[in-house]
Amino acid sequence: MAILTLTINGEQVSGKDDESLLQIARQHDIHIPTLCHLDGLSDVGACRLCLVEIEGQSKLFPACTTKPQEGMVVHTDTERLKRHRRTIVELLASEGNHQCAVCVVNNHCELQDLAYEVGLQYVRFPYLYPKKELDATHKSFVLDRNRCVLCTRCVRVCHEVEGAHTWDIAGRGIDCTIIADMNQPWGTSPSCTSCGKCVRVCPTGALFEKGQTVAEMEKQRDFLKYIVTARTKREWVAEATEE
Amino acid sequence: MTLEDLNEVAEKELARQQALKNRVLYCSAAGCVSCGSEATRDAFKASLKEKGLEKEIEVIGSGCMGLCGEGPLVKIASDDTLYQNVDEDAAQKIVRQHLLDGKKVENNALDPANPFFSSQLKIVLENFGRINAERIEEYIAVDGYEALAKALTEMKPDEVIDEIRKSGLRGRGGAGYPTGLKWGIVRKAASDQKYVICNADEGDPGAFMDRSVLEGDPHRILEGMAIAAYAVGANQGYIYIRAEYPLAIERLRLAIKQAERLGLLGNRIFESQFNFRIDLRIGAGAFVCGEETALIRSIEGRRGSPKPRPPYPSEKGLFGAPTLLNNVETYANVAPIINRGSAWFAAIGTPKSTGTKVFALAGKIKNTGLIEVPMGIPLRTVIFDIGGGTPEGTEFKAAQTGGPSGGCIPNDHLDLPVDYESLATVGSIMGSGGMIVMDSESKMVDVAKYFMEFCADESCGKCVPCRVGTKHIYLLLDKISKGNATADDVALLEELCEMVKDTSLCGLGQSAPNPVLSTLRFFRHEYEELLKPVETYIPSDVHE
Repeated sequence: MAILTLTINGEQVSGKDDESLLQIARQHDIHIPTLCHLDGLSDVGACRLCLVEIEGQSKLFPACTTKPQEGMVVHTDTERLKRHRRTIVELLASEGNHQCAVCVVNNHCELQDLAYEVGLQYVRFPYLYPKKELDATHKSFVLDRNRCVLCTRCVRVCHEVEGAHTWDIAGRGIDCTIIADMNQPWGTSPSCTSCGKCVRVCPTGALFEKGQTVAEMEKQRDFLKYIVTARTKREWVAEATEE
Repeated sequence: MTLEDLNEVAEKELARQQALKNRVLYCSAAGCVSCGSEATRDAFKASLKEKGLEKEIEVIGSGCMGLCGEGPLVKIASDDTLYQNVDEDAAQKIVRQHLLDGKKVENNALDPANPFFSSQLKIVLENFGRINAERIEEYIAVDGYEALAKALTEMKPDEVIDEIRKSGLRGRGGAGYPTGLKWGIVRKAASDQKYVICNADEGDPGAFMDRSVLEGDPHRILEGMAIAAYAVGANQGYIYIRAEYPLAIERLRLAIKQAERLGLLGNRIFESQFNFRIDLRIGAGAFVCGEETALIRSIEGRRGSPKPRPPYPSEKGLFGAPTLLNNVETYANVAPIINRGSAWFAAIGTPKSTGTKVFALAGKIKNTGLIEVPMGIPLRTVIFDIGGGTPEGTEFKAAQTGGPSGGCIPNDHLDLPVDYESLATVGSIMGSGGMIVMDSESKMVDVAKYFMEFCADESCGKCVPCRVGTKHIYLLLDKISKGNATADDVALLEELCEMVKDTSLCGLGQSAPNPVLSTLRFFRHEYEELLKPVETYIPSDVHE
């Protein structure tokens, strides 16, 4: 492991070589918007919101999966990036059926926060109004695919942290959809442990608890950090005592 | 197997061929098979049997002979006469006139002086129409596996890589990354396990180069992969081939079995320390699996969706091990380079783009088929001399290269040399070799719309710009083509294209807007002609 020095938005910062640009930026209070990233889960670079410019490179790189290099000069909020981020949120808004006024996570929604952040006033693209299925077969939770942004946090937390791999993706392109096990009703899933981690990591109201009404559902996402830290440090494992 | 054994196989095969009176090679690639070359074969066999010549003249299937639009094609080995449109009647006539009396059947014979043949230079396709693709002995008889023997017995891995680097060979999958450089990176990667993969997931609409190579000369690919594996230090190879190529899969399976039986694949090849095996992996129909990281995940048995690079497969690829991934045509060039030397190869083509390139000519062109030309040849020669131009009564409008990732090249740029850099200057790419010719009747907005529909349909859906962006680009193009759009829509289309190109995760999304951007660049008037005038509100009292 080595400590590297790089420049982000004109500020000299240092970071470890195994950290991502996103981690280093956050340690130095430099904000980069994200959606598919969540501390404690692997990064997939899918939402493209954390794209940054690196001097000397014509391509844009996702901060969540890019490793630092000595002397790297990074820009996180150029006009080009701001324009692209706005369009990404605009595309997400047009893709699903996002009706904030009747949503359980209204005012606690990461997509909504992003829309405010990028200054999305209106959507220039036609709304696609897809016909998506709602799955309320689980005894405690609901999956409303109309509100899903396909960030795959639920898929990753179920696979990586809970170890159940109940969730996965079916279809491709605009028809991608989250499915439980062999594309069956969630309530009939033999692998689901009903742990609720997927509900808590979901950035929108796509996954929520039953019994919650408009704007009532607030999600605690910190838990993941504690589980992952405890696991890597083996905090809850009783040391074998010598007898 | 030693070099002596190899030569013995070759000599035996040559002796067998010389004992024959003649050989009839019919095209057994998918194009000719679909227009009846198997019935032609049966007609030849029946006719020869009738004349009692079935032991002296053999009828064998060979690789694609180029002029796919005029199939079935048949070649007579003794004087290299090529016949087109050989149906059952023509077959009987050829047996009677040519094979018995030695007189050409003029109606069907093709003129070898035709520029279709004389402007081509064949390296990758050199064995097509010469050997039976289903017999390893015939491949060995034309110096097959000699390059592998030379590499294993006379050269160190670094010398092999050096030779490839000096040849200037660049990736034939489309991007044109220097092959020697890639091999060097994989060689240097420290790991006990390395892999070699051949990308045969050819998916561009209108492209069939890789399929033809695999159907016509499968051993060439196995040999190229084995040399690559020796050079980088791998012991396992995979050929990732799409399920839509059943004939190529069948020939590859047979070829692997034959090579294993002769000890040309397996343990201690040519009595060296080198072990190498090849397995096939069949794609399930996703275009995105031609992208290297998605292809690797598919081989691993997972959903074929791309991963951000770096890390590149050469550092961390299949099952996390350093992996060399090249295209079919790239591997097909390896054995000739090792056999004939890098200087010979580097002298062909242009200084930056050496060697030849195989193209699949399709669309509004007289001579539809498979061609191989030296790099740097003017596009005009490819389309008008080799291709014969557009059909009577129509005018050439544009050539599309690179499929859904490429662009259109209009009339004014016809003198452009065909090489990686020149094609990039006009906003197109070399691509894997599909070349679709469009005439005056083609509507460019519809062309862009067709490719965008393809990309939106083939997007894996992982990243937002490609999943949703391609859909909206398609909807905008649809709106324009139906005459419902205004100038604002074209401006939005351009902005969205730039954004999808800039922000998508993998090559599919990054290059998906190319057909739109390139048609906008050269045929903007066709978009503008379809626009609706902007309606301005005029109060009714103004008129009075």
